Amino acid sequence: MSVISEEVSQGVQAASGFDVERVREDFPALAQEVNGLPLAYLDNAATAQRPRSVIEAVDHFYRHDNANIHRGVHALSERATASYEGAREAVRRFINAPSTHELVFVRGTTEAINLVAQSYGRRFQPGDEVVLTAMEHHADIVPWQLLREQTGIEIKVLPMTEQGELEIDKLEGLLSERTRLVGVVHVSNALGTVNPVREVVEIAHRHDIPVLVDGAQATPHMRVDVQSLDCDFYCLSGHKMFGPTGVGVLYGKEALLEDMPPYQGGGDMIRTVSFERSTFAGLPQKFEAGTPNIAGAIGLGAAVAYLESVGMERAAEYEQHLLRHATERLRQVPGVRILGEAQRKAAVVSFVMEDVHPHDMGTVLDHKGIAVRSGHHCTMPIMRFYGVPATTRASMAFYNTVEEVDRLVDALRYAQEVVA
Amino acid sequence: MSDLSDLYQEVILDHKRHPRNFRAMEDASRQIDGHNPLCGDELQLYLKLDGDHIVDVSFQGSGCAISVASASLLTEVLRGKTVQEAEHLFEEMHDLLTSDHPNVDREALGKLGILSGVRDYPTRVKCATLSWHTLKAALENPEQQSVTTE
Repeated sequence: MSVISEEVSQGVQAASGFDVERVREDFPALAQEVNGLPLAYLDNAATAQRPRSVIEAVDHFYRHDNANIHRGVHALSERATASYEGAREAVRRFINAPSTHELVFVRGTTEAINLVAQSYGRRFQPGDEVVLTAMEHHADIVPWQLLREQTGIEIKVLPMTEQGELEIDKLEGLLSERTRLVGVVHVSNALGTVNPVREVVEIAHRHDIPVLVDGAQATPHMRVDVQSLDCDFYCLSGHKMFGPTGVGVLYGKEALLEDMPPYQGGGDMIRTVSFERSTFAGLPQKFEAGTPNIAGAIGLGAAVAYLESVGMERAAEYEQHLLRHATERLRQVPGVRILGEAQRKAAVVSFVMEDVHPHDMGTVLDHKGIAVRSGHHCTMPIMRFYGVPATTRASMAFYNTVEEVDRLVDALRYAQEVVA
Repeated sequence: MSDLSDLYQEVILDHKRHPRNFRAMEDASRQIDGHNPLCGDELQLYLKLDGDHIVDVSFQGSGCAISVASASLLTEVLRGKTVQEAEHLFEEMHDLLTSDHPNVDREALGKLGILSGVRDYPTRVKCATLSWHTLKAALENPEQQSVTTE
């Protein structure tokens, strides 16, 4: 039996408990044609599609419950507040945070990290250090550079291997008594690497250094338990995990959040205001100035409920089967080089192909109804590490199929014919 | 969408495979980097001027088929032109590639006209215009060292 057919037969077994066709019916956007062919949506790391339940939750809110939250004593405001806070509780359960006080609704992972940099980081002193990894998304690099300009901190970088794994044994050597925070991406959006966050936290905590985790690409693909990770901050984005855009969550340990100054000032985050001085609300309102993305938060709550109904473990297992199949098949295409072959990966395959620039690849694949991403994926340091300007990235979700992966691989050969 | 072969015409593929004037120029009068941050394409454009005449033009860099072919075609066409002619050509190419109703004589543009295939691929227009914007910046601001499409 050939490697491929063996993989496929294992896959069919692995997939037997997972009814992908039924799952696909929950996502209206998947059922369309692009350039006369069925859409194969393999750009999930950029943003996922939304299930009907999320779309309907947002729709229902605007049709029936639309009002501003907190303080209002009328029926609609009470319903809106209950739904908004219900969503916070749903996300709390989903990531197993101890308390809803520790969950701040933000615009997304980017804002969550900026919040920590500008609030927690405000007290950093010149010469203090923040340790990041070579695999960080720009969202976990640039906020610290902005803080560096403001406070004079230094940024150190934990290197990675050619295989796309962190050189974790070098972490301890990077920590010093000046290290104030370690920032690590849970799952690399560009390579798919699942980083050993628990281990990073253990090492950092031995030196009493808090750890911020960029979880944008983790929560769509795996069960995340912030208590088991013991991380100090965890950031996630709604739209990556089948919820709306413009909403995300910062989880922070209560003691840290309590001690942090407000991030933005405005309505909702105060207790009392006079022109002489203001006092601030407790957690999490202290960090939620202004009217938040109420409908977005409710949609995120619905997304979490949807993920629970699908089953994170089953979905993850199915995605791993897609990943193995994609990796196996791509390896056999002449001229293709996969970037990032870590032991533990989420269902992301980044690759380059001889004589076909990723941008041309993106156009050719689109012509075949296949949506992928071409570019630097907001990880220019990773591109530089591998010496490529860009890659083509296929990122899968549990609603993708083996057939879609096969179409991708076949289209690569077509791209070679058309462009190479 | 039109057929892919409208975009990837044989002439474009030929220039992508064998870019013309693909070299650094030691004694360039103008040298400028063009960058498309969207896709990471980078090129260095070199111009050698004798008075008002462009006597030599070359480029280096990396990019997709469209941006390499566009730059290669540009270097072929530009040699021997005056600065004014080059500026006029920029306007015509800009019109051809970006306007909804281009008012350009495609015949007069010769083989540059084949780049018009990108019009059906809005995300790719900047690939084709990168070298032209780089040229424009080089002509207008001799001191400028880099330009982006953003």
